[in-house]
Amino acid sequence: MNLSSLFSPQSVAVIGVSASNDRHPANVIFSKNLLRYPVRTYAVNVKGGFLDGEQVFTSVAAIPDSIDLAVIAVRAEYVPAVLAECIDGAVKSAIIISGGFAEAGHEELQASLVKLAAGAGFPFVGPNCLGIYSPGVVDTFFLPAERMVQPAAGDVAVVSQSGGILVDLLVKFAREGVGISSAISIGNKAYIRELQLLEFLDADPRTGVIVFYVEGFSRNEGRAFVQRAAKCRKPVIVLKAGKTSEGSRAVSSHTASLAGDYRVFASVLAQHGIIEARNELELVSFCEALSCYPDTVIKGRVGIISGSGGHGAMAVDVCVGGGLAVPRFSEAVQQSLRNKLSENIRTIASVANPVDLTGSAVENDFIAAVEAFCQIPDIDSILLLMLPYLPGISSDLGARLSKVYRRHGKPLIAYVPHIEKYRMLIEGFELNRVPVASSIESAVLMTHVLRRCRLC
Amino acid sequence: MLTNEMIAMLQAGRKNGWLMEPEAKRLFAAAGLPVPRFAWAGDQQESLQCAAGIGYPLVAKVVSPAVVHKSEVGGVAVGIADNRQLREFYEKVSGLAGFAGLLLEEMVAGTELIVGAKIDYQFGPVMLLGIGGTSVEIYGDVSIRMPPLTSEDVYSMLQELKGGQLLSGYRGKEAISKEKLVRVLVAFAGLAQDMAPYIESIDLNPLLCSGKDCIIADARIMLGEVFVKTGGADPSFAG
Repeated sequence: MNLSSLFSPQSVAVIGVSASNDRHPANVIFSKNLLRYPVRTYAVNVKGGFLDGEQVFTSVAAIPDSIDLAVIAVRAEYVPAVLAECIDGAVKSAIIISGGFAEAGHEELQASLVKLAAGAGFPFVGPNCLGIYSPGVVDTFFLPAERMVQPAAGDVAVVSQSGGILVDLLVKFAREGVGISSAISIGNKAYIRELQLLEFLDADPRTGVIVFYVEGFSRNEGRAFVQRAAKCRKPVIVLKAGKTSEGSRAVSSHTASLAGDYRVFASVLAQHGIIEARNELELVSFCEALSCYPDTVIKGRVGIISGSGGHGAMAVDVCVGGGLAVPRFSEAVQQSLRNKLSENIRTIASVANPVDLTGSAVENDFIAAVEAFCQIPDIDSILLLMLPYLPGISSDLGARLSKVYRRHGKPLIAYVPHIEKYRMLIEGFELNRVPVASSIESAVLMTHVLRRCRLC
Repeated sequence: MLTNEMIAMLQAGRKNGWLMEPEAKRLFAAAGLPVPRFAWAGDQQESLQCAAGIGYPLVAKVVSPAVVHKSEVGGVAVGIADNRQLREFYEKVSGLAGFAGLLLEEMVAGTELIVGAKIDYQFGPVMLLGIGGTSVEIYGDVSIRMPPLTSEDVYSMLQELKGGQLLSGYRGKEAISKEKLVRVLVAFAGLAQDMAPYIESIDLNPLLCSGKDCIIADARIMLGEVFVKTGGADPSFAG
């Protein structure tokens, strides 16, 4: 089954637009794709007429164009007939936005969709979903464009059972500078499920990191998913909801009571090299780090640079608490590092790791320290705690330090407080593919995940 | 692959919904997994004869489809030394509900581990290795995997156990034979996959491991609902 017309359609038919209700999901989807995306967009309603000056076609068959993707937003009971029409009309794929299927107790209605699609090998996403948002390509989310927070185009693909969580994640991604290749809300996942999307995204050249928000797999479904993910060339991250609803049945078995549902889930994921994000902070941090360093696998020895002793000490605590090491440098290394610093901090800086350049450090001291760290074989990655308010540094430092990473290839992870005033410093890193965390905890998580990522 | 003999043993368990210890041990023996020398005696006379065959001291356990947790009803005696003690134990437990004889077996020593398998709703058969004994559910020190298992998987499971050091000769205690443990676990993982359509869970608790051997000292197989009701393998887990 070819899913590419779902993700990169040239033409879209939005079926079920309303002549009277501008907030109808179909109207929102029609209008945003017509005005903002490079797809030929057509509105469909059995009654015909005009919408915002554009012709409304009475059926998908009446459109004088071949349709790659049908977005279906009619009432549930009409969906099977519309789907059949799409299949007969050589439409290539569909997203069924409409609710009122298995989630409302109408399993048979949903099964009738699957039967139609399976018979024709016709891919559809949903029902009861938002569908697919791919920056610059297509957007079937029925949220008005001005209300959505849209991350930049990037290489993280997110698949979610929950539309609400997905939209919320996009807000976090946008804030943290994580770019996405596509966001897919699969709703009731009647036909296209996680496994097919994993296969598609593994082969998708725009995607580098694959994320799943999972509430649960159906019976035995997780097995094929983890086995496929283990073969995936790209990092796969899973965020699981419902960790606490442990099964309480089968009290007569020790195994059953010890191996609760979530414990099994987490163990099986780890066994297959899938990265589990336990919460949203982990998820966003992992995505940003792996998006910048998808092929980098490091050991857990961290070198820390800051302009404040307190920041260094806090970072050490978080590193060590998370199982990372912060090895103290030898006297020789310390001496050589000290010699590279400017004269006014040479005697006051601490250079043992964590390195504290002090508030008197200037821009070139940070460059010199990172350059030196790149040559120290005892550390595998560099954690840079940037204090943008120090008088000696400018907004150019991010871009300059990114060049140091490019030259040496030792992963650099920066912490910069995320406020508007420091935006240019942050972008200097991020636009040059160096991840920037908005907290020390997040920076350490970014380091951590590079250790857990499998070799590609 | 399960043999017809093993499937017949599982079928015989359907009336109770589970395989009692001697039934489970017969099945494991048929699958080539290590169990102690044991005998299932129906009455007192037969118990004394079997005991003579195994030799004292020995372990005696009540067999009853109504008793899932034997030690909780005083249904286990370790170190029975002679005929008199065996007769006394027989008198004590023969009145228990559903009494179906005694299981008599040779004494086995070693560190207590728990090995188990269960059918997980999302992943099918999964298995577990833990530091066993009565405190297993308190510490919850277990490692879980989805079969099939390789020997590398078993070593990584041991690494994951917080108490793994206890198995490597901690403070002068004999280290367990990791090779034997690997052999048992890899074989058990394969068996758990083959048995998945028939079972809900399997407990080997304890599996007793020493420097020489790993032996299934107690075992219980809970059968799956579909199998108990229909007698047919659950197609969701077949193949």
